[in-house]
Amino acid sequence: MSAPLPVPVSVPASGSELFLDIRGVTKRFGENTVLAGVDLAVPRGTVVTVLGKSGTGKSVFLKCLAGIVRPDEGEIRFDGQALNAANALARAEFRRRCSYLFQGNALLDSLTVLENVALPLEQTTQIPNREIRRRAMEALHQLDLTKHRARYPSQLSGGMQKRLALARAIVTRPELVLFDEPTAGLDPIRRNHVFEMIVKYQRQFGFTAVLVTHDLPEALVASDQVALLDGGRMQFQGTPEAFNLSENPMVRAFRDSADTLRDTLAALRRGETITSEDDL
Amino acid sequence: MLRALGQHTLHIVDELGDFAVFTTRGFTAAIGSRKLGRRIVRAIYEQGVRCVPVIVIVGIFTGLVLGLQGYYVLNKFGSEGLLGTLVSLTLVRELAPVLAALMLVGQAGSALAAELGIQRNSEQIDALETMGASTHAYLVSPRLLAALVVFPIQAAIFCLVGLLGGYLSGSVLLNLQPGVYWAAVYKAVDPQDVAECFIKAVVFGLLTISICAYNGYNAHRRRGSTGARAVSASTTRAVVFSSIVVLAADYLITSLLVKHP
Repeated sequence: MSAPLPVPVSVPASGSELFLDIRGVTKRFGENTVLAGVDLAVPRGTVVTVLGKSGTGKSVFLKCLAGIVRPDEGEIRFDGQALNAANALARAEFRRRCSYLFQGNALLDSLTVLENVALPLEQTTQIPNREIRRRAMEALHQLDLTKHRARYPSQLSGGMQKRLALARAIVTRPELVLFDEPTAGLDPIRRNHVFEMIVKYQRQFGFTAVLVTHDLPEALVASDQVALLDGGRMQFQGTPEAFNLSENPMVRAFRDSADTLRDTLAALRRGETITSEDDL
Repeated sequence: MLRALGQHTLHIVDELGDFAVFTTRGFTAAIGSRKLGRRIVRAIYEQGVRCVPVIVIVGIFTGLVLGLQGYYVLNKFGSEGLLGTLVSLTLVRELAPVLAALMLVGQAGSALAAELGIQRNSEQIDALETMGASTHAYLVSPRLLAALVVFPIQAAIFCLVGLLGGYLSGSVLLNLQPGVYWAAVYKAVDPQDVAECFIKAVVFGLLTISICAYNGYNAHRRRGSTGARAVSASTTRAVVFSSIVVLAADYLITSLLVKHP
């Protein structure tokens, strides 16, 4: 857990097989258009991070992918199969091969740690009980939770709950894991640990990962590709290196926010009047 | 005005259809669900064992009041010997299934609606859906199946305790011969009355548990309220609707099963 963050894996060559292909996804809530034609290409076996300010619809986008929220328009193709209401088989297949890590963990609070991890296997497979227990214990062991197996989620710390949610997500050996703000509310040390865990298990199990976050430095180190969601559209998708070099104004604003803050504070200290963008 | 009325009617019809599908799925999803037995046992404990004290308390006081009121009314006509008949038929045909169901709505039904509402709020139900589990099989089926067992048993307990209450006020407090009381009970209640009691209990159990589960499960769809308010609104709605439906269904079943002279 305390090892330094691994260096990013090489980005697959362009034209490599797309595991997840999202085109023109639109979602409106009444008059409010949250997603206005979002595109994203996710190559197999990569970590793709969707960045964006708070409230730009990152979680809604991920929920559209997971099928929790139904998009109004657009197409989502998973491993070549279109996921839509009419294609129930493809959606069932998607659910079998995909896991979702919720921002608030969404652990079942009336079940113990071990029961939470065993639940997906118990409810979606015909694996014998003994094998379910073995696999659940193995997942707990991998995430250092073995000694807490008889406790309830409310008796665990925030970091442990996150690890438990990750154990539950990987126990089914998914091919795609969707991470919704996996580091929300964590301190920088634990944030690093979570990114470390994601990359470590992504390497170990070979799943494809789609993350949404606004933790820029960690995301750039841990991802093969990053995308920036702003104004209801994907403003950028490319490698972390390309993100660092991009002259796209929205990318620059997001990337250079720390420098902007530093400049603003320096100006304030000098007694200058500053008008923030939000005040305009 | 007319437009609003039409929209409201359409909304009610839509919700009734949704409720029917929800209840049907609650039963059909049980087929092949793993560890269903364990979840049914837990639901029986929650609806049954935990609610026995309240059923016993309400049952004994209902019997005591029936015995007391019945004795003084019958005494005016010199017919206090019929107290056992009055108490037993009132309890078996009407009060036991209805009051037991209302008590279960207040205790187990409200708890169920609140639990599912909180699970919806904290994305636990979404988590079950994303892992590909059947939320109906996991959350609704065990509760519905348990209700089919628990409600008749609770109604039977209510009957027995109520009869004991009638005996305590009629015979122990007001000096009616115990033999006269119990003989009247024995003579008055026939198997059809007992069957009516159990039919009502099963129907009430099915209706109330599915109404409470439906409201909790759909707490996020409540218009005008979100978060904790949505949970409290759903729980209130579940209890109010269940209570009304129990009384309406009681009238309907009684009118279908009533013995014509």
